[in-house]
Amino acid sequence: MSIITTPNGYTLNNSGKRVVIDPVTRIEGHMRAEVNIDKNNIITNAVSSGTIWRGLEVILKGRDPRDAWAFVQRICGVCTGTHALTSVRSVEDALGINIPENANSIRNIMQLSLQVHDHLVHFYHLHALDWVNPVNALKADPRATSVLQQKTSPSHPNSSPGYFRDVQNRLKKFIESGQLGPFKNGYWSNPAYLLPPEADLMAVTHYLEALDFQKEIMKTRTIFGGKDTHPNWTVGGVPCPINMDGVGGVGGLNMVNMNQVHQILQDTKTFVENVYIPDILAIAKFYKGWTYGGGLSSQNVLAYGDIPDKANDYSASNLMMPRGAIINGNFNEIHEVDLRNPDEIQEFVPHSWYKYPNGAKGLHPWDGVTDPDFNVSSAKGSQQNIEELDENASYSWIKAPRWRGHAMEVGPLARYVIGYAQGHEYWTEQIDKILTDLDVPLEALFSTLGRTATRALEAQWAADQQLYFFDKLMTNIKNGDSSTHNGELWDPADWPSEAKGVGFTEAPRGALGHWIRIKDTKIENYQCVVPTTWNGSPRDEEGNIGAFEASLMHTKVERAEEPVEILRTLHSFDPCLACSTHVMTEEGEELTTVTTSPVGS
Amino acid sequence: MIETFYDVMRRQGITRRSFLKYCSLTAAAMGLGPSFAPKIAYAMETKPRIPVLWLHGLECTCCSESFIRSAHPLAKDVILSMISLDYDSLIMAAAGHQAESIIDEIIEKYKGNYILACEGNPGLDQDKTGGMSCIVGGKPFTDQLLRVAKDAKAIISWGSCASWGCVQAAKPNPTGATPIHKVPGIGNAPIIKVPGCPPIAEVMTGVVTYMLTFDRLPTLDRQGRPLMFYSQRIHDKCYRRSHFDAGQFVEKFDDEAARKGYCLYKMGCKGPTTYNACSTIRWNGGLSFPIQAGHPCIGCSEDGFWDKGSFYDRMTSIDHFGIEANADQVGIAATAAVGVGVAAHAAASAVKRAQQKGDQEQ
Repeated sequence: MSIITTPNGYTLNNSGKRVVIDPVTRIEGHMRAEVNIDKNNIITNAVSSGTIWRGLEVILKGRDPRDAWAFVQRICGVCTGTHALTSVRSVEDALGINIPENANSIRNIMQLSLQVHDHLVHFYHLHALDWVNPVNALKADPRATSVLQQKTSPSHPNSSPGYFRDVQNRLKKFIESGQLGPFKNGYWSNPAYLLPPEADLMAVTHYLEALDFQKEIMKTRTIFGGKDTHPNWTVGGVPCPINMDGVGGVGGLNMVNMNQVHQILQDTKTFVENVYIPDILAIAKFYKGWTYGGGLSSQNVLAYGDIPDKANDYSASNLMMPRGAIINGNFNEIHEVDLRNPDEIQEFVPHSWYKYPNGAKGLHPWDGVTDPDFNVSSAKGSQQNIEELDENASYSWIKAPRWRGHAMEVGPLARYVIGYAQGHEYWTEQIDKILTDLDVPLEALFSTLGRTATRALEAQWAADQQLYFFDKLMTNIKNGDSSTHNGELWDPADWPSEAKGVGFTEAPRGALGHWIRIKDTKIENYQCVVPTTWNGSPRDEEGNIGAFEASLMHTKVERAEEPVEILRTLHSFDPCLACSTHVMTEEGEELTTVTTSPVGS
Repeated sequence: MIETFYDVMRRQGITRRSFLKYCSLTAAAMGLGPSFAPKIAYAMETKPRIPVLWLHGLECTCCSESFIRSAHPLAKDVILSMISLDYDSLIMAAAGHQAESIIDEIIEKYKGNYILACEGNPGLDQDKTGGMSCIVGGKPFTDQLLRVAKDAKAIISWGSCASWGCVQAAKPNPTGATPIHKVPGIGNAPIIKVPGCPPIAEVMTGVVTYMLTFDRLPTLDRQGRPLMFYSQRIHDKCYRRSHFDAGQFVEKFDDEAARKGYCLYKMGCKGPTTYNACSTIRWNGGLSFPIQAGHPCIGCSEDGFWDKGSFYDRMTSIDHFGIEANADQVGIAATAAVGVGVAAHAAASAVKRAQQKGDQEQ
């Protein structure tokens, strides 16, 4: 039992009732959360633990750098492709390879389509059940839902009473069967659910519509990358050739499949604007009094930036998603972020199931070490049956990355906070509009709901930018440039004996970086620091808590045994735990030493 | 034939009165009125949808992501009308012990009559990771897997992780990741491997609907894969095969040959040794597949495909002339033949083509 105050300003008291949630479901990968609550059911201490580790960085050692994208793509099949893109950028950075403009446009469309898809699927299929009660939808009058739908989103065609009655009947049949499938053992009588039945029915209907529609979004990636999940990428550009009017054009990107791409991009924009955005607004109206979950977002946020307008220029001014860091809540000062600077991004392991050699503390990813060292001897339970973790010891497969020593939040809310502070025109307009529509102050943004809302705004923005890059691609082709790949340095024989590089993206869940060292044409060292490593990090040397833990603090739970509120806030980050895999070896050592961080994207 | 829930309860000595009370309580627990109780009772007395427990081990969730992209049937229809997806930590509403208790309940009620669908695999390393590289409910994932496998009617090993080990099992396999059929104590339930990273969405839903439609397992090859989807190589049915036979090859990305859609064999294509349905069923509603989009096949449905050299290394050994060879015969010996043969064959094709051309000109 103890009460401590962390350097980042949180008073942690673990004397109250301990509530354990394992597994935390509706996330990618495996995760555990423990909280203490006081007699008023307020969370006074939060512990988040990554409970999966796969060791990909060890596996990459000695491989062909041109293959790395495929390995790291398998870090995560939900944010499929973002690791692959980060990887090919790291190799191109190391070797000084420039890609053609068309390849940049195609990559951006693929990355933006992932943003839309990932955000949409996250909201409806991983997050919505924290706000929406499908059982309550049975009580709705379909006519009332129809009225609500037409008011919420007048241009969405699926809005008749009969349509909602059909969905309700299907849902009724499903629930009456007693086989509730994914809805089984949900918390459907918990007073934390606030929507009226007609809104629940509308949202459940869109759960199903979104499930049908999401598969369309990714078809652009199937056209450019051959399959989805896990499309193909390549160092030096993209693998798909363009052949608009020559012999065999039917086998490349031609007018037919470009028309299909265009159609999908337009449909995607329509769906986001007709369904996703209006639903967020409709649901937020009922929950805007639930202001928990802001955590670090009003204090420390970080973004690397992404979506280069012109190819090969990764300076902040050319990136359509902003780069920067805000610390201690000072929005008037946006710090530059340099992924190469050894003093900026570092990872710590005092509370992770890893050890560093020779008393090392924070390590920059180019010099990172990951040596797994699982031990829960001070926890309640046993080594293979954990009852309660001991947060004063090691308690997670996730490392603790810090920016200049600060715990940071990354992701859509962090990006929008930085973009807003920088005056990003499109984003500022979106934010101002949603605040006006909901009649809430700017501070309302720093919350669970703010995270969920900015994710939707970002999907809208991304859907728009896809069309921008489609136009750019077609204009460039029209101007006579059909190139999609630069093969000058394809042959490893032409590479320097040693090189190092860094690639970065803004993954759907936040800032993602890969650091590579190449020696004698093979990977000597490969490090990934992923979004969920930032957000889900355990405590560091100084005792700072990470974004997940901070966001849970001070939340009131209605029923201690039903973790609706905890799930709600954790899900607002869209945790991705499979990325907790990072492993690499020290020079010359065998695979006993594994580098760097776990978790995420 | 699956017993109904009511049959099971009666068999366990529960009276009809208690059964009806249970139905009322279930309705109440869901916040539904008493009028729902008889409807629940009716459903429980008739044939249930087959329960599926979908477990996640060491994996990346690409299999689930692929599954929801199925064009026919739609994932929605599979989940709402065909199976009862009672446990799937990816999409289920419940968490923590409310989630874990479902597993016990299903095992008890449907002993021998539920399907275990496994995505990912367990890490068995005890040395560095204490068997805890994947933890569920505070315990090793292996425990959950073995518990569910014991009384399963059948096990579906989704994807290359469950089927072969996949990326985390690539050398040096730091977590001791082990495919499902090799996990000690896995038991005797039949295992259907549906490999691929991920498998094609419609192949996944096709396997499920086959089992429901015909009430039997699909015919499997000796390695445990459904014959109908995995008995032929991508190369056998590739639409670029004629360019292979004609000796017309892409030499580098975006060259003239790439734009014309020539064969990607020299770019490292693993189509000739990969058993999968990509070149026939194709991906995402039959839209495309990797070769069609200009990238060589990386062989993602094959055992150990991560450890067979660079994806861009030209295969020096293809059992090229064994077109009739099936997966069983090729299996282990797959990559043990004739780079020279390929070249010779390609050259022969080219000569033949030249001769024919000559004939035409004459």
